[in-house]
Amino acid sequence: MTAAIRVEDVSKRFRVYHERNQSLKSVVMRRRRARYEEFWALKDVSFEVTSGRTFGLIGDNGSGKSTLLKCIAGILTPDKGSITATGRTAALLEVGSGFHPELSGRDNVYLNASILGMSRKEIDAKFDEIVAFSGVEKFIDQPVKDYSSGMYVRLGFSVAIHVDPEILLVDEVLAVGDAGFQEKCLEKFAQFRREGRTVVVVSHSLPSLAAMCDEVAWLDHGDLVEQGPAAPVLDRYHDVTRAGRRQGSGGLVHTGSGEAEVLAVDLLRDGEPTVAYRPGDPMTVRIAYRAHERITNPVFGLALDARDGTHLWANNTRDVGHPIEAIEGEGVVECHVPSLALQAGTYDVTAAITDRTTTHVFDYVRAAASLTVSQEPDGERGGYVAFGGRWTT
Amino acid sequence: MIGLLRDLRESRDLLANLTNREVKGKYKRTALGQAWSLANPIALMIIYTAVFGFILPIPREPGDPSGLSVFALWLMCGLLPWTFFTGTVNAGMIALTSNENLIKKVWFPRINLIAAGSLATLYSWLIEMGVLAVALLVVGGPRVLVFLPLVLVAMALLTLFATGVSMIFSIANVHFRDMQHLSQILFQMWFYVTPILYPASLVQEGTRGIGAWVFEVYQLNPMARFVEVFRNLLYDQRLPELDSVLHCVGWTVVVLVVGARVFRRSEARLAELL
Repeated sequence: MTAAIRVEDVSKRFRVYHERNQSLKSVVMRRRRARYEEFWALKDVSFEVTSGRTFGLIGDNGSGKSTLLKCIAGILTPDKGSITATGRTAALLEVGSGFHPELSGRDNVYLNASILGMSRKEIDAKFDEIVAFSGVEKFIDQPVKDYSSGMYVRLGFSVAIHVDPEILLVDEVLAVGDAGFQEKCLEKFAQFRREGRTVVVVSHSLPSLAAMCDEVAWLDHGDLVEQGPAAPVLDRYHDVTRAGRRQGSGGLVHTGSGEAEVLAVDLLRDGEPTVAYRPGDPMTVRIAYRAHERITNPVFGLALDARDGTHLWANNTRDVGHPIEAIEGEGVVECHVPSLALQAGTYDVTAAITDRTTTHVFDYVRAAASLTVSQEPDGERGGYVAFGGRWTT
Repeated sequence: MIGLLRDLRESRDLLANLTNREVKGKYKRTALGQAWSLANPIALMIIYTAVFGFILPIPREPGDPSGLSVFALWLMCGLLPWTFFTGTVNAGMIALTSNENLIKKVWFPRINLIAAGSLATLYSWLIEMGVLAVALLVVGGPRVLVFLPLVLVAMALLTLFATGVSMIFSIANVHFRDMQHLSQILFQMWFYVTPILYPASLVQEGTRGIGAWVFEVYQLNPMARFVEVFRNLLYDQRLPELDSVLHCVGWTVVVLVVGARVFRRSEARLAELL
């Protein structure tokens, strides 16, 4: 077992400029260095990635995971510490980097592949494979500016995935193309893993990390919280981020003009607060609000998202024909869902108070509450929606 | 310096493809295509020949020993190296800022971007110089052919010099975007203190009253030396003075060493600086 990537005490500092002197005039006029604040995007992070493993980096926005990936890729240089990668490294941070719109697909394949580090001979040998994978054979001699955005992305991705690195670094770029193309990509990644290559992947999507990774490192504001086998680390990450959300109004992020605000969102089953449901359970969403002034014709809205970000449901008092004359002071509104048609998983509830037109937002709270739906012994499996389908023969 | 050369050698396919992108992308979708690269020098030749060949004729000696006395050819022997130099520096100067997206997303030796700018400009220059050589051949006879190999050596030297200046300007432009505009003024002044429209001997005579040192300072301008070398080889058709050749080589070495150091120092942080 050898380490493919060794990250030792890596720290990375960024400067946030208040007034950046990017013109000579500002230097001359102010006669001083630009004013900036420093912050450490990574603080003494150390870990090793074992050769042949798929390694995930998780963390909230701003945790430093993309910075770390860029350091491993060599795009950024750490201010302290060192990173050693053994073997040819390719980074998939963006597809189609460096495509020239006026050049043909063919020229761009050569250009892009050589930017990613392939030699001419290697590109010659793989050219047909790259083009076949992208599915743009017919247009390969057309300038890429005439490509649809889907073709453009597919060709770029196809080049990147054929670079044949020993270490592949991936940053949230897997979600490209249509379903068929995504399947091809996943198959290609599976092949990568079977061939014993090392993959480092950054993602927000817990399900896809859980499915792909052997090991995971969890970063929080530049600190390495935990590193280890994927499943337990991902679970703890999940628990902590969810616990943070349950803290109520203190931990929630509010956006909107603030004349009225959402104080709390509670989920109830038969009048009892609970966040654990089974498919088909009734659920009541109770929004507690406070209106700082009298607001006429407000609209309360709810939305439900899966943890991978898929938007599943939305409902508001205007659309379903329950107009509210006015609100003032504190109060509650409830939305009753007779039967929760969801399969096992964790879901976030977003709440909002808007004006009559729903274009002006008084308050909007993303993931104000979360619920989990349990897997039933003979429940449906796959997807988000529970229809409760039953078979006859 | 050594490190940059190693980077370039290891990624020569990338350099070839980036150069190809610059060359092919530049004149795409134009009816005349690559012929456009000749349009600018020809237009300059017509304008300057009209003004300084006929309206305000500039006194100059015929080519020695070639005996050539055609203002347009004399002009172009100095003007083409100059437009190549400014073209290269202009291309190199924006090479980093215009490829910001690439630099932030992929790691590859950044020097390739500068070198590709130089090579793409060199490509156009080779065509221009080819046309000039044919014109000299037609007007002045086959003697010019003898000097063409040396012209190629001088072209290689000027390419290195221009690339060194490019490296410095490209990094400066990352820090201060004013460079792009400032350099246009700088180049305009530099153009007139370089003996392109007039022979250097005119300056020598004109400043004799003040003191010989004025002309010595004037001769420190590396582009003055390069222009002199190209004129000696192509127009006069004789070997240039050793002094001028040494100046050219010396300046090239200095600029390359300084340029490489400046470039190396900022290279690793380019993704943040941009």
